[in-house]
Amino acid sequence: MAEVNTGGGGKKGGKKRAKKVSTKIDMTPMVDLAFLLITFFMLTTTFSKPQTMEVNMPDRTENNEQQPLKESKALTIILGEDNKVYYFTGLTEPKVEVTDYSAQGIRQVLLQKNKQIKDMVVLIKPMNTSRYKNMVDILDEMHITNTKRYAIVDITPKDIDLTKSI
Amino acid sequence: MPKIKVPRKSISLDMTAMCDMAFLLLTFFMLTTKFKAQEPIAVDMPSSVSEIKLPDKDMLTISVDKKGGVFFGVDDQNTRRLLLEKMAQKYNISFTPSEIQEFSLIPTFGASVASLKGILNLNNVDRGKLVQPGIPTDSVHNELKDWVMLARLSNPRLRIAVKGDRDVDYDVVKNVIATLQEQNINKFNLITSLEAKPQ
Repeated sequence: MAEVNTGGGGKKGGKKRAKKVSTKIDMTPMVDLAFLLITFFMLTTTFSKPQTMEVNMPDRTENNEQQPLKESKALTIILGEDNKVYYFTGLTEPKVEVTDYSAQGIRQVLLQKNKQIKDMVVLIKPMNTSRYKNMVDILDEMHITNTKRYAIVDITPKDIDLTKSI
Repeated sequence: MPKIKVPRKSISLDMTAMCDMAFLLLTFFMLTTKFKAQEPIAVDMPSSVSEIKLPDKDMLTISVDKKGGVFFGVDDQNTRRLLLEKMAQKYNISFTPSEIQEFSLIPTFGASVASLKGILNLNNVDRGKLVQPGIPTDSVHNELKDWVMLARLSNPRLRIAVKGDRDVDYDVVKNVIATLQEQNINKFNLITSLEAKPQ
């Protein structure tokens, strides 16, 4: 493998010369090793850093004065089981509707309501049986539809009853 | 007719350029690499369109696995060491220096303080096989709260990230968030994987 090519000095006769030794060496094993290490580092490296979402939750500890929410500005979204989304506007005697997480589902609702209601506030109420993914999805939809004012709120038994009425 | 001799060509080619390139790439990968930390649980993160990158330093990660077990991890070894000493004081358990050293090498764990000593005394292979149950988070016996509180005392610059499995019940995550909020942490990150943004 690693032979050193001794080239040159082929001529006979004439002056006696110092034999020229070629400086070429066989690089093959070195390249082999280098590629082996490359493969190793490529496979062990973690390139993509995970993405994050920043969440700001309302302050619970202090009782800072809370502005009462106007009924006409409220949109409540309840995240239910089996990837169902219940939503209604207003707070008293609402008309509950159901949709899903697809682009035609809750996103259209949000876009539409965004146009209809100025300074809309979205109340997100995940049920205990909903998946964590659902919550991330709905926060995502807020981001996509450019809804600025939203909050994650604990669900009440009344809300659960509302979803059962469908 | 004389035979035509096909001149034998040398098949050895000049490897120098290839070698150069190989080492260039090697150097690049060696410098950019960050070894994957060994984690006791697999978490399948939900995807989102958020494009904020997670910072590398000063992170406190609370992972929630598919079964609802809560796991805790801090990224810096010194912080972990300080944290365990504080935790030992609080729970009146003494850890030997070698156990503290061992703890500083574990990036993530999920067990109660009482059973932690047993886990630290296992060797790496056995610990990898052990299925850790998760940190107790119920309201009567909330160890996660102490871990988070003492970790923040050990390193005040810590930022908090929640890494939940997509299929875990919201109930568990709600509990974790409530624990954070009890300590006036109202701002935290949710770790997600990237998804293409719709037009």
